[in-house]
This record gives sequence, C-alpha cells and structure tokens, in this order.
Amino acid sequence: MQLPDAETLCRQLAEQIRPHLQPNTVLIGIRTGGEWLAQRLHALLELNQPPGAIDISFYRDDFGSKGLHSRPQRTHIPFSIEGAPVILVDDVLYTGRTTRAALNEIFDFGRPANVELAVLVDRGGRELPIAARYCAHILPEPLPSSQNLQLEQTENGNLILRLIHA
Amino acid sequence: MRNPQLNRHGELQHLLTLDGLPREVIISILDHAAPFTEVTEREVKKLPLLRGKSIFNLFFENSTRTRTTFEIAAKRLTADVVNLNVSTSSASKGESLLDTIDNLCAMHADMFVVRHAASGAPVLIAQHLQATGRDHIHVVNAGDGRHAHPTQGLLDMYTIRHYKHDFSQLSIAIVGDVLHSRVARSQIAALTTLGVPDLRVIAPKTLLPSSIESMGVRTFNDMREGLRGVDVIMMLRLQNERMAGALLPSPQEYYKMWGLTAEKLALAKPDAIVMHPGPMNRGVEIDSAVADGSQAVLLPQVTFGIAVRMAVMCMLAGQ
Repeated sequence: MQLPDAETLCRQLAEQIRPHLQPNTVLIGIRTGGEWLAQRLHALLELNQPPGAIDISFYRDDFGSKGLHSRPQRTHIPFSIEGAPVILVDDVLYTGRTTRAALNEIFDFGRPANVELAVLVDRGGRELPIAARYCAHILPEPLPSSQNLQLEQTENGNLILRLIHA
Repeated sequence: MRNPQLNRHGELQHLLTLDGLPREVIISILDHAAPFTEVTEREVKKLPLLRGKSIFNLFFENSTRTRTTFEIAAKRLTADVVNLNVSTSSASKGESLLDTIDNLCAMHADMFVVRHAASGAPVLIAQHLQATGRDHIHVVNAGDGRHAHPTQGLLDMYTIRHYKHDFSQLSIAIVGDVLHSRVARSQIAALTTLGVPDLRVIAPKTLLPSSIESMGVRTFNDMREGLRGVDVIMMLRLQNERMAGALLPSPQEYYKMWGLTAEKLALAKPDAIVMHPGPMNRGVEIDSAVADGSQAVLLPQVTFGIAVRMAVMCMLAGQ
C-alpha cells in the first residue's frame, strides 16, 4: 500500500484547522507522534501558546491486564485549560481508546470550553463512539489489526508514516 | 531458587528488600516514579490506575511519615486504602500474624503494606501467600526490624539521581546508627548495585555491625575524616527506642562527635547534599542550621517518596 506523505498531510491538516481557530485555542499532542504533529501545527498555524503534551499511560484501559510496560513520560501542559478551546492532536486514529484516555486525563487538569480531535490519518477499526473533526487522510480500507501504522521522525526532523507488520 | 520478589518473568511480585534486587529493576522503578511527581501539580491529583484495588496498610509498629506517604500514594492512584494499626487491635488479643493476613485476604485484599518490628515478617507473609496459591496478592515491606526499608532506600536513590544524575562518579557517606538501621542496609544494597565507587560509613564503633565491611563499604570512626570530599551525606536517626544497654555516652557527646554541623559539612564538596530519612533529632545527629540550610534536601525526599511508592504499587499491581 502506498502511504501518503506525512509532511503534505500536516499542511493539509493545518489548513483544515485554520478557519476554526479562536484567539485562545490551545493544542495538546498525545505522545509521541501526536506531540511532533502538534509542534508542526503550532508552527504552521503561528500560534503563540506552545502546545502541551500528554502521555496517556496512566489512563489506559488495559492497565489491569498489561500493566505499565513501556516507560511512561511526563505529561506537560504549560497553560491553564480551564475555559480554553482545546484541539487534541494525534497521529493515527484507530480504536479510539487512546482518545478516550486522553480526554479523561485532560479533564483532570480543568474544564475546557470544548475539545476537538485532529488526526493525520484515520485507519478505521473504531471500538468507541469517537470521530475526528479534522482529519487529513482516511484509509480507503481499514487496516487489519496485525498491522501498526505510526508516525516517525527522521534524523533531519521530517515526519514520515510507516506501516509495521507485527 | 529464584528471587522471591520476582515472578517467573522476572517482574516484581513483592518488594521485600533491595538486597539482591537486579539493577534493571531498581532503575525501572526510578524511571516509573519520575512522571508521578508531576501529578501533584494538577487540579485533580489522582490517576485511575488502581481503581477498585484494596490496599491494606498493616502497621505493627508506629510510623507517621511512612504510613501517610503510602496512604497518599495509594489514594492518588484511586485505590481503596484501609489502615490497620495492628499494635492496638487483634494482635494484642492474641491473633497470629498469618491469621490476620488470612482474614484480610478473605476481605479481598490486593496488596499489603507491612511495617513490623520483627525482621523478616513481610518475607514470611509473602511466602505464606505463595504457599497458599495467592500469587495475585502483593506485599510491600514498609520497614521490618533491622532488616530492610526498601521504599526508603529507593526514594533516597531517586533523590540522589535527581540532584547528582550519575551514580558512577559519586562519593557518598552514610552517618550514624548503622547497627540498628534498616534504612542504612537498604541504602548500602542499592548504592552498591547502582555502582557507587566510593561508599563510606561513619559511626562510633559500638554502632557499626561487625560484618559491615563485607558489604563493600569503607568505615570511619572520625566524622571529619569520613566527610572529606563527599557529594552526598546520608544521615541516620539515632534510634533510642532500639538501644538496649549503654552503647553511647550521651546525646550531647554524640552530637559533639557525630552530629552534622555547618563546620563538619564544610569538609564535604561545596555542592554536597544532606539527606535524612526522618524523623530527625535536631541537636543530636543534625544541627538545626544544617537541617534548614540550603544543602538539605529532607523535604524533597518526602515528596519524592510519594512518587516512588506510587511507582512500586503500580508495578506490583500491574503484573
């Protein structure tokens, strides 16, 4: 399967978001891919407020069965989200469970005015009633669960999409 | 025989002692603790990781700080916490330790945090749980007799790493009542495992265990000599309640010889940090001006202790 160019998708996503920006809109990226994407969108949209980054490890719904295996990173939200319009940013939208975890975590920091979801690619396979308001690319066919689509950052800082067969 | 603290996949099953705990496990606990320090700065200081789990704090011996920080750690993880001050309950009516455990298991406990005056009590509980096929229940040693106090040792490692970053270049002195100190044993085990090249113990001869040098430390009786050039000073509490017979002349004389004063602190490196597990005896092992001074990190130790205990509980319950 031919994967689209991630840098082109970033620019398309920024243009989708631009008409809906409010003066106090803030971005929060889900680590790790969503964090890179939020930084890219922040630059393209020329926002003043640097993006926040959240690690949803502590909010996962499979902790009981899988535990804390990967090394969690810090969540860092350098602004008050009380009353702010929030755009939650992730690289790939799949089951929706990561988004659910991120929403729960965001609300532990305060009550935002609203939360919208922006993703680079929707790969299908949703298990929860979650949809992205901004989405740069929808795969024509849902990917099988044996495949993992993820965003990577090259040495020179370019973003690329990669498909991994488990 | 496999390490009784690890399950067959090499993951932490119980936390009983730092002695023999692999380096990777210690590092992993410290790594997991780091993101928990951020949670306390949030509007809602709570994570849903241990939602629905029941944690029993079993304190057969008094403790305020350790019990409170374990309780806060469990509550920040949304566990249900039950505090049992066993010194004033069933044990005084004659119930045995393992009968108490069996009764609490019948109440569907998921984890026991145990403080006991007898060395080995948490190990006994862990063995009992294993022998009766209850591997899903975890035990954390919160201090047993003179044996071990692993979460204190871990929070001390977290504190040292926070301020000094790299263990492989450090000179560290542990000062005081090593003989009665489970904290010192846990500290020495962890610092040795983490590869500290210069580990010193400073104490009067009567408060040094005879086998101490086999633990890979250098001993000093003269505090001024021992403190020269160290990066970290780890003070211990003079444990009056464990002292049988006359091991020391008097608190005043102890202070004169082994109390940490500004003048003795000046012999260490200028950026040396001063640690103490608490509760401290001001004017006995440490001077007030040092305890409140800019090099003291006693209160950060307490805060880090909560994050480290959260990490330990999550790693146990998440296996």
